[in-house]
Amino acid sequence: MKEFKGRVIAGGSWKGEAAVSRQGFNTLASFQKSALNNAKEVLVSDQNNKDLFNVNITGKALCLPITIGSTTGGLVIQTVCQMGIAPSCFLFSESIDSLAASGIVLARVWENSPVIAIDRLGKEFLETVKTGDQIEVKEDGSVVIIG
Amino acid sequence: MYEPKMTLTREQRDILEGKQGPTMAKIMETVVMFGDIFSAPRLVKVTHDDGHLVTSFGIKLLKPLFSTMEQINEAGIKTKGKFTVDPRPIDYENVKCNLLEKLVFSKVMYAKQAMYEEQLKKAGLKDENAFTCASYLPEIGNTPKEGDILAWAESSAVVFANSVLGARCNRNSGMIDLFGSILGYVPEFGLLTDEGRKAKWRVIVKCTKKPEAQILGSAIGMKVMEDVPYVIGLDKWLGNEINDENTGYLKDFGAATASNGAVGLYHIDGLTPEAKKIGKSLIRDDAQEYVIDDEELERVYRSYPIMWKKPEKKGNLVFIGCPHLTFTQLNSWTDRIVNGLKETGKKKVVVRTIMTTAPDILEKFKKTPKYQELLNTGVKVTTICPLMYTNNPLTKARRIYTSSNKLRTYSTARYAKDQEILDFVVGKEAK
Repeated sequence: MKEFKGRVIAGGSWKGEAAVSRQGFNTLASFQKSALNNAKEVLVSDQNNKDLFNVNITGKALCLPITIGSTTGGLVIQTVCQMGIAPSCFLFSESIDSLAASGIVLARVWENSPVIAIDRLGKEFLETVKTGDQIEVKEDGSVVIIG
Repeated sequence: MYEPKMTLTREQRDILEGKQGPTMAKIMETVVMFGDIFSAPRLVKVTHDDGHLVTSFGIKLLKPLFSTMEQINEAGIKTKGKFTVDPRPIDYENVKCNLLEKLVFSKVMYAKQAMYEEQLKKAGLKDENAFTCASYLPEIGNTPKEGDILAWAESSAVVFANSVLGARCNRNSGMIDLFGSILGYVPEFGLLTDEGRKAKWRVIVKCTKKPEAQILGSAIGMKVMEDVPYVIGLDKWLGNEINDENTGYLKDFGAATASNGAVGLYHIDGLTPEAKKIGKSLIRDDAQEYVIDDEELERVYRSYPIMWKKPEKKGNLVFIGCPHLTFTQLNSWTDRIVNGLKETGKKKVVVRTIMTTAPDILEKFKKTPKYQELLNTGVKVTTICPLMYTNNPLTKARRIYTSSNKLRTYSTARYAKDQEILDFVVGKEAK
């Protein structure tokens, strides 16, 4: 069990499974296929993402450094939140990027989405957490890797 | 009501408090909350009023977009200036589709296109030709000046405006672009500040020949992610003045850095405006270093996965122009294809080939004799976004080659270098 402390972007308490991208997470490339197919869950469709390609991330804690790629990114996050197929939490090891931040804000303000986002969890967090780990997220921005 | 951390003027606070209506209040809340995440001290005035939006497609699933636009239209809210927007998704005349594909495009995927374009017009769309990802090119005229503050989105346009034009714009998302253009204000942080424009990477190019723009950009994007790179060693091929020739190169290079990574600004030593003025003092003391030679470019090129269902088969469709081709690039590709066909003794290209450019550039090109020359080779020219074409799941059956690293990233299209694409389309080499 290991605990990390980050900055709360959009707070909440949550327990569940982690899905980990150790490289920049390309929002459009990852969500595009599932969103276009009106799918019930997101299988990551980014061919360049060796960690998460074809992995189901709906309802999980997406652990990532930052998001990369198209500036549709924020709108895409808002859309998958509205569709109910987004990850439950976005846990960033680095400072959140402008596109992910837009997506979280748009989802909160315009969709009343309960999506959680915490950033600045540190490099060690991303080196420690593995896809499939159980994790707990607390209101104050603490993230516990239960394992 | 959201309690902002940044300092707002009386007028801005009034908007947040709803004195210009609930929709304007929500727009202000979104922009302020977004800025607060980055500790922006205040909102600053957008000095280039003409916006550029990334969302041009009436794709059915974007319900939040249509519903927000509806609220904006109903409240009679308009942008401060006129805006351009990314390319349209459909052109059946030049990008032929079979009946089933048409059905999926028109009735399923982009069924909301006409309705969405009406929403855009009501909000402040420039004109019918406003649909391009390269709105900054002179033919289109949405060209900011050095130092201008923008509220743009479209990763390739933002990186071009910041790097080549010296304007100041963060990598705004779709919706934030529109909201900034409506308010006429954006949060002051990141690439709007002198400190945010300093380079965290010193990239040294040691190639033996001019690197392929799309691969160099991809390599740098994957390495630096969202950081600012200062690129040394490229000016020996690109020169020390921005001109028609290197504008195309810088556009393609930047698009690859932005789509394969998250670069919003790059500096090219001796060429781009800030690098010319300030030089290497733009590089932070703690900058990391990345050396790129022929071997590194080849490694990156070989690392691209092949996503075709039948990779052993030849390609059957080629897209050239993502981002949209400049007028010079359109002419240059025409010459190369015409001359290539002369060499192979063929009259027409051997594979269906489509070039994409901005509507205003196409109109200009149509007035030149080269347009007919190009059509005679069998090549089609369109103004759509090839990425939106490849969004149709039925197009996955096509084996698409492209010289765009952006298109490769977001589709199953396979990347090939410019020369490889040329050899393939003129029948020199089977791909």
